[in-house]
Amino acid sequence: MMSERYLNAGVLIALLIVPIWAHLADAPYTITLATRVAILALAAVGLNIALGLGGLVSLGHAVFFGIGGYAMGVLAHHAQTYTALDLGIFTVDGTKSMPIIWLVAVGTSAVAAVIIGALSLRTSGVYFIMITLAFGQMFYYFAISWSTYGGEDGLSIYLRNDFPGLNTLIPIQFFAICFAVLSLVLLLQAGVSRSAFGLALNAARQAPTRVEAVGLNPKRLQFVAFILSATITGLAGALFADLNRFVSPSMFSWQFSGEIMVFVILGGVGRLCGPVVGAAVFVLLEHVLGGLTEFWHIYLGLILLIIVQFARGGIVGLLATDRGQHG
Amino acid sequence: MADPILETRGLSKSFGALKASDDISMTLKPGEIHALIGPNGAGKSTLIQQISGALQPDAGTIALMGQDVTGHSMQARAKAGLARTFQISNLVMKDTVLQNVMLGALGASGRVWRFFSPILSNQSLLDVAEHALERVGLHDHRDRRTDELSHGQRRQLEVAIALTLKPKAFVMDEPMAGLGADGSKRLTGFLDTLRNEAPILLVEHDMDAVFALADRISVLVYGRIIATGSVYDIRANPDVRAAYLGDEA
Ligand SMILES: Nc1ncnc2c1ncn2[C@@H]1O[C@H](COP(=O)(O)OP(=O)(O)O)[C@@H](O)[C@H]1O
Ligand SMILES: [Mg+2]
Repeated sequence: MMSERYLNAGVLIALLIVPIWAHLADAPYTITLATRVAILALAAVGLNIALGLGGLVSLGHAVFFGIGGYAMGVLAHHAQTYTALDLGIFTVDGTKSMPIIWLVAVGTSAVAAVIIGALSLRTSGVYFIMITLAFGQMFYYFAISWSTYGGEDGLSIYLRNDFPGLNTLIPIQFFAICFAVLSLVLLLQAGVSRSAFGLALNAARQAPTRVEAVGLNPKRLQFVAFILSATITGLAGALFADLNRFVSPSMFSWQFSGEIMVFVILGGVGRLCGPVVGAAVFVLLEHVLGGLTEFWHIYLGLILLIIVQFARGGIVGLLATDRGQHG
Repeated sequence: MADPILETRGLSKSFGALKASDDISMTLKPGEIHALIGPNGAGKSTLIQQISGALQPDAGTIALMGQDVTGHSMQARAKAGLARTFQISNLVMKDTVLQNVMLGALGASGRVWRFFSPILSNQSLLDVAEHALERVGLHDHRDRRTDELSHGQRRQLEVAIALTLKPKAFVMDEPMAGLGADGSKRLTGFLDTLRNEAPILLVEHDMDAVFALADRISVLVYGRIIATGSVYDIRANPDVRAAYLGDEA
């Protein structure tokens, strides 16, 4: 048992040390696993802002993950085929620059979140879950039928995209980028949850009528949280596509929405590093148990059942003595 | 006579066949405490909920400082200066006492779209919040989690949040419930001074408090106001004695 602060620091240091060790020991596959953890964790950190801070049970966050993925896929595809991207009113060139791809991923995710959020936040409870799920399915089937960009087969990108000053093809350098993004986002989240917005959002989740009674609009607070949340999951999608150098409609699948929700619940809903712990445990189980039996999901299910029954705070809640910064 | 701060006209609200509010017209004037009494189930909370915006009336209007607010949300009415305390405490239970009053101060300031600077280092909001806690006598508990508070302390916190809103009118639903004799006496003394800041529409079961505080009393029975008047008038009113006060008055 320890303070949540130290636990968070420990989790991030562990995530940093493993690939550095793997780099020295020349074990590139382990670095790839760690990179996968960092990126999936980032996707779940996004969901955690909607779910854990905003109380919004979104079962459609794969939409933003997929949008981020396709933002990368489409831009890199046009760059590698030297074709222009026709946007109707004007055309633009593709790009292999990660920072630009990230901006596009974040921007398009935000636009999608404004539309999806505006429609789904009119409802709550099970209806909210269903609407977000329905949007996920719409995007999934759209991607399957989008033949310009590979339809069902998806899109392959030959070379990983560029980041100024780094060689992204070297696994440890690409890991460093993903780890830095994850750390930065966690730092921002920690700041936001201590801010005026964070206080009000936290109250809107727990006691919406109280928030109204002091003259604030709880739905509007949740709407903004939903958009923030979507941009982070979208950013993770762009990185995930770069990790695999491949995008496909499966990034939009409801299974993926469910998976990142599992990360959040496993690690601890609303806990800063819950999604990191959840994603790490998931990837480890997938790697270790997946090698022994193809039914490893059964064991994951069992662990999840135990967590939900006996440890509502998830793994972080079990290990941490205090509630960290969230009251 | 000064214009009323709060006024309802012909408010009616039914739940199925039950008329919970039946043609209720009443006013809250500057500087007064207007107590609303009546037996359980008379419709006091239903009236408060319509005034605060939690329930829409079937008919009638509600005006705040001359402005019709009948169709406005609870949020809009709070912004327009109506502070309500809930009969069943409505607080952010997992937050600290201070965070709860900070929420009130934040709502009153309207500056909620700040994403980075830590709210607990915003000195002007902190001053408002701490002052409110001091006034209700909760300052020693500011860092406790709200779900650790006693029932009575939660009632005090409700009042503290209302204070941070610097409202034009207070609407309080049974603030004394669960306070105990000492607590009631202290809150009675406090409300007595508070009326100078903004008038109070007070729903209360504690008759000692009502008779000590009220400038006017309205008696609600089966959704209707059967009498309105001074403490003296109400104690002497035969209908009220028959319908409500019984022998104890
Ligand atoms: N939401 C509701 N649905 C149905 N009946 C209600 C509802 N709220 C209150 N009532 C009924 O309306 C009457 C008045 O209730 P209430 O306003 O809570 O009374 P009071 O606060 O004076 O004790 C009661 O008979 C109560 O059962
Ligand atoms: Mg009541």
